[in-house]
Amino acid sequence: MNHSGGDGFILEGVRRLGAVTIFLVRLLLECVPALGRPRLLVHQIYNAGARSLIIIMLSGLFVGMVLGLQAFNLLQRFGSEEALGTAAALGLLKELSPVITALLFAGRAGTALTSEIGLMRATDQLTAMEVMAVDPLRHVAAPRFLGGVVAMPLLAVIFSVIGLYGAQLVGVQLMGVDQGVFWSQMQGSVGLHDVTEGVVKSLVFGVACSLIAVHEGYHAEPTAEGVGLATTRTVVASSVITLLLDYVLTAAFL
Amino acid sequence: MRANRTLEIGTGLFVLLGFAALLFLTTQLPASGVKFGAPRAGYHVSAEFDNIGDLKVGAPVTMAGVRVGEVEGIRFDSKDYKAVVGLRVDPQYNQIPEDSYASIQTQGLLGGKYIGISPGGLDSYLKDGSRIEQTQSAIVLESLINKFFASYSSKGGGEGQGADNHSRAESRK
Repeated sequence: MNHSGGDGFILEGVRRLGAVTIFLVRLLLECVPALGRPRLLVHQIYNAGARSLIIIMLSGLFVGMVLGLQAFNLLQRFGSEEALGTAAALGLLKELSPVITALLFAGRAGTALTSEIGLMRATDQLTAMEVMAVDPLRHVAAPRFLGGVVAMPLLAVIFSVIGLYGAQLVGVQLMGVDQGVFWSQMQGSVGLHDVTEGVVKSLVFGVACSLIAVHEGYHAEPTAEGVGLATTRTVVASSVITLLLDYVLTAAFL
Repeated sequence: MRANRTLEIGTGLFVLLGFAALLFLTTQLPASGVKFGAPRAGYHVSAEFDNIGDLKVGAPVTMAGVRVGEVEGIRFDSKDYKAVVGLRVDPQYNQIPEDSYASIQTQGLLGGKYIGISPGGLDSYLKDGSRIEQTQSAIVLESLINKFFASYSSKGGGEGQGADNHSRAESRK
């Protein structure tokens, strides 16, 4: 349609999408053999999950506290403070914890993945593996991808629980909402499907963020600058894709 | 070897914590009604209501607006078709007259339900296992509105309908 330069831009976008898709398929094919080496997988779950725990818990606490404060302030105007528990639980479970966990994950674990694999590429470690007939996709990329996919829902669930207690701390202890009402109203209007929605969302985000991080690292320009650029692209792409997917998934669940 | 051990312990802790959180969300949040922590002190009283509206377990029990206890359990009595509500009253409020009056009230206009107790005049007090005889059911907003419209239309129904027809004719043009 628009000839001057726009064509190349669109074509490049399509090419990149295709490359990521092909990479995903190859990665998924390598995931089954990668499961046969649980030690590698455990190491990656530790890297992506256990080491993100502190930042996730701290963020969860403060997000929950802010949510408690804001929701209380809003609900008070309508004289229905007792809905605070419901508002906090639904907000955290369905939106805040999957999205914020994914954003933090992209910044904390995604960048580490990209720069690690990118540096392996830059220092010819991946090529050396290929020469030794060791598939780097199976031994480097697949365990890191799987580790991220496993870690993300667990992190999001921990975020939710800590956030709930943060909201309870502000709402009940500081603002004086009745504790029994806080929990009973929440239990009355939160269903199992709300928990499922959050877990499914964070699982999808886990696949997307890990895929982007591993892909960018694996295909990084083998220079210092290239690795830096790839790391930046990981954060930007993961964040945008997370927010975009969040809208799509929310629409699908409603 | 040592580093490997810390790694495994760290991963184990993380996964354990994750599943504990998931268990918490799936069992505590939906209305399966699992109790938090140890049972609280106090004595137990029951009351029968014709209709409890959307009263929930954990709702407060108040006297003169002050919280004195909470709703502990709700079940349906299939003999006389009433809702039996179990209340736990905090131990320091042990001088509530036996002929007190329990009613289900609403917080705010659309808020949750709670139980208000108005004191009676007897010298004997409620104790563990006793039953509040005089109760008033929840006021259901919909039935109230229905009643209002029923009485409204019987008074000025013709006029209302006329206006309705008129506006419909207007919109058709």
